[in-house]
Amino acid sequence: MAKLDIIGIPRALLYYKYRYLWECFFKELGCHILLSPETNKEIMDQGINHSIDESCLSAKIYMGHIYAIINQVDYIFVPRFCNFARQETVCTKFNALYDIVRNTFPHKEVLHYNVDVLKRNGELKGFIKMGLALKKNFFLIVKAYIKAKLKQKHHDKLAHKQQADLINNESCLKMLIVAHPYNRYDKLVGFPIIKYLMENNIMPVYADIVDHKVARQRSLNISKTLHWTYSKELIGAIDYYQDKIDGIIFISTFPCGPDSLVNELCLRKIKYVPMLNLVLDELQGEAGLHTRLESFIDIIKIRKNKQEAVS
Amino acid sequence: MALKGAVLSFPHLGDYHVPIAYFAKRLLNMKVIKPLPITKKTLEIGAKYSPDSVCVPFKYNLGNFIESLDQGASVLIQAGGGCRFGYYAEVQEQILRDLGYKFTFIRIVSNDKLTVTNIYRQLKQINPRLNFFLFIYYFYFIIRMSKSLENIQQYVNKNSGFEVEKGSFGLLYNKFLGEIELVNNIGELNRLFLRYQRAFNKLPINKPVDCLKVGIVGEVYVAIEPFSNCYVESQMAKKGVEVTRLVTATRILLRRPKDHRDLLVKAHPYLKYAIGADGTDSVAKTKVFAEEGYDGVIHIKPFACIPELNAMPMLQKISHDYNMPILYLSFDAQTSEAGVLTRLEAFYDMLLMKRGH
Repeated sequence: MAKLDIIGIPRALLYYKYRYLWECFFKELGCHILLSPETNKEIMDQGINHSIDESCLSAKIYMGHIYAIINQVDYIFVPRFCNFARQETVCTKFNALYDIVRNTFPHKEVLHYNVDVLKRNGELKGFIKMGLALKKNFFLIVKAYIKAKLKQKHHDKLAHKQQADLINNESCLKMLIVAHPYNRYDKLVGFPIIKYLMENNIMPVYADIVDHKVARQRSLNISKTLHWTYSKELIGAIDYYQDKIDGIIFISTFPCGPDSLVNELCLRKIKYVPMLNLVLDELQGEAGLHTRLESFIDIIKIRKNKQEAVS
Repeated sequence: MALKGAVLSFPHLGDYHVPIAYFAKRLLNMKVIKPLPITKKTLEIGAKYSPDSVCVPFKYNLGNFIESLDQGASVLIQAGGGCRFGYYAEVQEQILRDLGYKFTFIRIVSNDKLTVTNIYRQLKQINPRLNFFLFIYYFYFIIRMSKSLENIQQYVNKNSGFEVEKGSFGLLYNKFLGEIELVNNIGELNRLFLRYQRAFNKLPINKPVDCLKVGIVGEVYVAIEPFSNCYVESQMAKKGVEVTRLVTATRILLRRPKDHRDLLVKAHPYLKYAIGADGTDSVAKTKVFAEEGYDGVIHIKPFACIPELNAMPMLQKISHDYNMPILYLSFDAQTSEAGVLTRLEAFYDMLLMKRGH
């Protein structure tokens, strides 16, 4: 029996967005997957060592995840994203991630697919190329892709439905968390904030769990010239959930490129609800974070009480 | 859009205010004021109203806008590009409106693409009587003008460090800037350019054959605008170094799809894909500099510029492979000139030592 290829997937950045697609695809092709562990202090430190000082925290953590598994795998999986259509681009970090990893860890083979629709490189083409690079059968690849894509869609829908049910049924305070999935799921970045909110009996509503198509449409109500797809989906969700929430928390990592401008615009344009802008970096202390969250929660509670007294 | 008595202004970019103002005056049928020269105060105002972690060109542009508005401007122009630059316009407009200014804001670049027809369409909105052929003529004209400027600048950068008479290059360059504004047609422009090229060639220099050669790569705005990079070019030239900067506005503006492919070919094997905005350019140019045997490269970027950050691992590798030192400078609103000077001096000494002097 031939040895199975082990493919390393770093549990960071876009993994949280495409996890079912990637995992299901490789499983269908009969590859082993090695997922890096949840982010911890050591991973972050290694990530800082292996990246340029000024990179954003999320990108540093990504490099740490790669370092954590690089010696145990045959391939490391780093996709490259550029755009999905006109005016639908991504942060340039994702354009370069593949080349950065290739240059930082030159000894390991990097497996990738390229999404650059304006240059006629769609997702399917990327997956087929990637599958052929693994020396798999063409039809098996297409079948695996379709199956994986459906699974991803199903899970996205399921998450959206669950969140909608929760919003309708729960009566406690609801806080919209506007953060990229890779920040809000991360054990060191977003998780402490979510945990603190839950402890204080506040229900987090996630801006990334939304019908993405609808969200992209509705983002036009807030910003007309925004060209980052992932940011569009997030601020579209603000518009989508606007009458169901009591407050908004923006979580971004220092110095995130898109968020530095998008969050600023939201803070200036949205008037109907209190907002908190949290920018995290690797030197963050938990106490300072808690103080800010605590006072923000107090503000929301007072506001809610006042509104109820009036009505 | 009827704009009677409107006054147009635009942000600074090095010496390109000359062609931009020329273009706007001839075509847009309205008064044009140049923004005040960039000073510490411009940056201070800009930084005060900008988000913290935005890159520094945003702060300079905002400072320029506020100063121009205070001078009486009522129409502002902003361009756009592939990175955060493409989103500058909307946020800056919002910030200025929140500050209580009344103005019309024109984004030359809609659909994140900088093409000639796009610019024409946007300018047509300001001046409905704009003639397409006249537009093309003046567009060609200012491209020629910018190219003449860049050629002269390049000559100055390469040779001003070896001038026999102190300050002769600077004086002549300023005179050239003053006269290029007054030309009326392409013939005059060409004659002026040739005249000054001869004049520059005649300036006495004392240049050794094996002088130190340093290339400058990096983000367009900070590389071109001398105030924002603490005058790296002239500081380096003063020490007796031949400075080459290939980053120019016309190269960015006139890049065709073929040029993008060429860049990737040049950057092979360090790059397989484009890494966004001018990052690809930086990698390709650094590799070319390394192959041509330059002594060192200075990489300039604003703090947290993502495309240039993307390019840095590749630059480090090129530096290692070709054994060519690279100085990485990143500029923000707080960058002190003294700190940059110290680093430049150390870099210069290191280049000298590496040569074995």
